[in-house]
Amino acid sequence: MTDTVAIVTGRRARRPPARVTRRRWLPYAYLAPALLLYGLFLLVPLGRAAQFSLYEWDGLGASTFVGLDNYAAVFQSAQLREAFAHALVLIVFFAVLPLALGLVLAALLTRARVRGLGFFRTIVFLPQVIAMVVIAVTWRQIYAPEGPLNTALRAIGLDSLARAWLGDYDWALPAVGLIGTWVSTGLVTVLLMAGMARIPREQYEAARLDGAGAVREFLAITLPSVRGEITVALTLTIVAALKTFDLVYVTTSGGPGTSTTVPSYEVYRLAFTIGEVGAAAAVGIVLTVIVFLINAVVNVIGERR
Amino acid sequence: MTVSRFETAANYVILIGFALVILAPIGVIVTLALGPERFSSGGGLHFENFARAWEVGRFGQYMATSVSVAAIVVVVAVTASILAGYALGAMTFRGATAFFYLFLLGIMVPTEAFIVPMFFDMRSLGLTNTIWGVALPQIAMSIAFGTFWMRTYFRGASRELIEAARLDGAGSWRILWQILVPIGRPAILTLVLLTFMWTWNEFLIPLVMSPNGTVRTAPLGLAFFQGQYTQGTALLAAGAILVALPVVVLYVILQRHFIKGMIEGAVK
Repeated sequence: MTDTVAIVTGRRARRPPARVTRRRWLPYAYLAPALLLYGLFLLVPLGRAAQFSLYEWDGLGASTFVGLDNYAAVFQSAQLREAFAHALVLIVFFAVLPLALGLVLAALLTRARVRGLGFFRTIVFLPQVIAMVVIAVTWRQIYAPEGPLNTALRAIGLDSLARAWLGDYDWALPAVGLIGTWVSTGLVTVLLMAGMARIPREQYEAARLDGAGAVREFLAITLPSVRGEITVALTLTIVAALKTFDLVYVTTSGGPGTSTTVPSYEVYRLAFTIGEVGAAAAVGIVLTVIVFLINAVVNVIGERR
Repeated sequence: MTVSRFETAANYVILIGFALVILAPIGVIVTLALGPERFSSGGGLHFENFARAWEVGRFGQYMATSVSVAAIVVVVAVTASILAGYALGAMTFRGATAFFYLFLLGIMVPTEAFIVPMFFDMRSLGLTNTIWGVALPQIAMSIAFGTFWMRTYFRGASRELIEAARLDGAGSWRILWQILVPIGRPAILTLVLLTFMWTWNEFLIPLVMSPNGTVRTAPLGLAFFQGQYTQGTALLAAGAILVALPVVVLYVILQRHFIKGMIEGAVK
C-alpha cells in the first residue's frame, strides 16, 4: 500500500513499512493508556502550573490575574534569590566535588588490578537506593551537638571545630551539601569506571612507551574518552542538586533563618504554608527552565569535540 | 601490563578508605538502632527497638500504605510503558518522533514544576487523601521513564524474530506478550526494580497529596516520627532502618540488575 502511494505521488516512502502491523490505528491504541495517564497527570498539571503562575491566589478565595508579577517577585524577593543561590552552592557539593573525586577514584580503580571490585561497586551504590529521608535522619544524628562527628573531633583535640553543624548559619549549607557529596560520589565513580573500562589498553601502553606520566596519560587519554559519561554524571547530579527537597525538609527545614532554603523548598512553603499559590507555581516554572538550560549547556559542551 | 606494588597498595588504601566513608554513616545508624533506648537501660544489643519503633512509630500502617502505592504504581506504569514502548520501538507511524520527545520531556521535568496545580486540581476532584492521589502522579512520572526505557529495548529486539512470528500468523498482541516480553525479562525486571525504588523512596508527592496524613507512606512516617519523637534516637534509628530495608534487601539480592539499571537508566 505504502509503495503504491509512493509511486503514484512520485515520492519515496521515507521510512520502511511497519514491522509489526499494517493497521494504521494500532500503534495509537498501544500508546493510548500511557499517553492518557501521562497527559492527565503530568502534562496537564505542567500547563496548569504555567497558568497558575500568572495569578495571585491564596488557594481558597478568588484569584486575580497579575501577569508576570510572580516572576518579577522571584527575582526581587531576597529570600527567593537566596534560595536559587543556595541551589548553585549545592551543585558544587552534589555535582562538581563528586565529579572531581570520581575522576580520580575511577582512574585509579580502572587501571589497577585489585580484588573486591564487585563488592566495592555494590557498596558505592548503597546511598543511591536508600531513601533520602533515611539518609537525612542518619546525618542529623551524625551532625548532632553530641553526635559522632563532634565526639570524634573532640577525641582528636579539635574541640574548637565542634559545633551544632545544622544549627550554624555558616556551616548548615555546607553540612547539607556534604550529604549530597556522600550520596553522589559513588554513582559518578561507577559511571566513569564503566566508561574508562572501554578504553583500549594499547592506548595506555603506547602512551607509556612515549614516556607519558600518569598525569599526562590521564589528561590525554582517560579524560577525553569519558566525555559522554561526564555529561551524564553532571546532568544527573546537577538535577539532583536542584531538586533537593526531602533532604532540606528533614535536616534543616530551610533554617537556621533562611540559610539552607532551596527553590523546591520555597515551592512547598509558598504554596502550602503561606498560601501564595501563584508565586509557588512561578518558582516551580523558573526551576524547570533552569533544569532544562543546565541540561542543554552540559550536553552541548559534552558533545563538542 | 605490570602495575607496581606501590600502586596496587595505594589502590587498596583508597578503595578501603572510600568504602569506609560510604559505610560509616550506615554503621552509625545501625549502632544507634541497636543501642539502649535510654542511657540507663544498660548495654547489649537491643533488637526490641525495632518492634517498639514498629508500634510507637506506627510503621506497620505506613509500610502497608507504601506497599499498596508501590504495587499500584509498578503494575500500572510498567504495563502502560511496555505497551507504549512497543508502539514507539517496533512500529512506524505518523508522529512517533513527536510522541517520543513528549515522553522525554517528562523525564526531565522536576516534580516541583507540577505539584502545586496537581494538588489543587486533585483536591477539587476529591482525590487528595486517597491512595490514587498519591499514586497517579507517580504513575505519570514512571511512565515517562518507562516508555523511554522499553522503547530502547523494543528497538533492539530482533527483527527476524518478529517477522518469523508474523509469518506464523501471530498478531501484534501475541508477538508482544508471547515473544518480546518473555525475552525482554531482564529489561522489564530492571524497570520494575527502578520504579519500585523510586516510588518507595518518594517524599514530596505523598507529603503534598495527603495533607491530613491518611495515606502516609513509610518515608513520611519516618519524617513525622522524627518531629514528634524526640526523647531518644534508638527508636528513630530503628524506624529509619525499617524504611530503608525493603529496597536495600532487594538491592543486595538483585544488585547486578540494579547497577545495570542505574547506569543505563542514567537519563533520569
